[in-house]
Amino acid sequence: MSEDIQAGLAEILEEVAGVSPADATPEKSFTEDLDVDSLSMVEIATEVENKFGVAIPDDELANIKTVGDAITFIQKNRG
Amino acid sequence: MSTNDDVVVTGLGATTPLGGDVASTWEALLAGRSGISRITDDWVAEFPAQLVARMAVDPAEKLDRVRARRLDRSQQAAVVAAEEAWRSSGAADAGVDPERIAVVIGTGIGGALTLLGQDDVLEEKGPKKVSPFTIPMLMPNGPAAAVGLAVGAKGGVHAPVSACASGAEAIRWGLDLIRFDRADVVLVGGAEACVHPLPMAGFAAMRAMSTRNDEPERASRPFDKGRDGFVLGEGAAALVLERGDAARARGATIHARLAGAGATADGYDLVAPHPEGEGAGRAIRAALRDAGLTQADVGHVNAHATSTPVGDTAEAAAIRGALGEHVLVTATKSQTGHLLGAAGALEAVFTILALRDQIVPATANLDDPDDDAAVQALDIVRREPRRASFSAAVNDSFGFGGHNIALVFTTA
Repeated sequence: MSEDIQAGLAEILEEVAGVSPADATPEKSFTEDLDVDSLSMVEIATEVENKFGVAIPDDELANIKTVGDAITFIQKNRG
Repeated sequence: MSTNDDVVVTGLGATTPLGGDVASTWEALLAGRSGISRITDDWVAEFPAQLVARMAVDPAEKLDRVRARRLDRSQQAAVVAAEEAWRSSGAADAGVDPERIAVVIGTGIGGALTLLGQDDVLEEKGPKKVSPFTIPMLMPNGPAAAVGLAVGAKGGVHAPVSACASGAEAIRWGLDLIRFDRADVVLVGGAEACVHPLPMAGFAAMRAMSTRNDEPERASRPFDKGRDGFVLGEGAAALVLERGDAARARGATIHARLAGAGATADGYDLVAPHPEGEGAGRAIRAALRDAGLTQADVGHVNAHATSTPVGDTAEAAAIRGALGEHVLVTATKSQTGHLLGAAGALEAVFTILALRDQIVPATANLDDPDDDAAVQALDIVRREPRRASFSAAVNDSFGFGGHNIALVFTTA
């Protein structure tokens, strides 16, 4: 199940920020390893909601530092 | 003349309805090709004016996909043109301190496609779906800012907005920045991309656009009796300006000197030009004084001439009054359409290439010159380009709001 989420998230990262899917692994930091800026993080959150039906509130978004954090959040909140 | 008065052009770039770069655009212009076509989208059915001059090459195709999606189409065009100018100037390899590099890129309208597109998103899907890139993509300083980032300019990034004079105004600002020693190298130009139903409807409501829908290539006909308005174009053009001594010292190719500029305001009406082109004539005279030239020195004028009934005759009067009847006049919007805030920059590029190649492009569709006395008196090049010998040339640009800019270029 988390593999599905990881793959879906990788697709979003590639589309929005040009991150190669092979690089979108759980330990990677969005800002430090993947060079994703703050506006792109907002766009990623929007795409996550479109794809997984999981809204990420702004205060939660600030706590999502790595790809793994995002996978965990989606997993926990997906209906 | 002090050293800082010797400002030269060392780089040129463009993406236009005639081609994706300077060389293809110039070749198409001299060959008499038109960049104008009829819109085929469904929305256009009820529109009185259905013609457009779209960029020949989609600028997004020349940029990295992720970079392109964060730039409005006007910004994409600006970056493509500016990167061509920057590369061709060789300035990147000249070791110029980034704090001495400035950018001035004007636009008439800014990121209209983003503004209107995101408004659709807002209406249809709500505020949470509006892109976080909306503001940086729609702001009118966006093209200048995107170009500044592309070349690493830290000496100031500026964005003059004066409707259809914006591109020329940017060139004038660049000239001043070097003269006042605020920068060593300035990348200047204009960008516009607003082909969308709203601007089309707005310009049509002003009765400013040609409705010759069945003859796209014959619709833009400056100075011709049958002219009935302009054709909306899109694209960008850019020039690299620097001090002549520095450019020569590094062995740069010098395309022309930017010898002077003049700027005036009509003080007459918000959108209608003064019928005798009073403010336009003053701008040309001011530019000549600034360049230290007289009217006899000028051999060629690239006119603003947009193909509107009142604008073209007003400009003809201004040219005749300020420069006399000997100058070879051309109106290249007959083939490119009207690029609004990019027009002045593109036509500056054409003026420079005309000087370099000693050839004046023809004004397309000038079959039957207007009966107006000034139009009749001027030597407007038509049917085919004309070879001539001249060492100075003027480029006029005017904008809604009564803005007038004239630029004077001389041979290198």
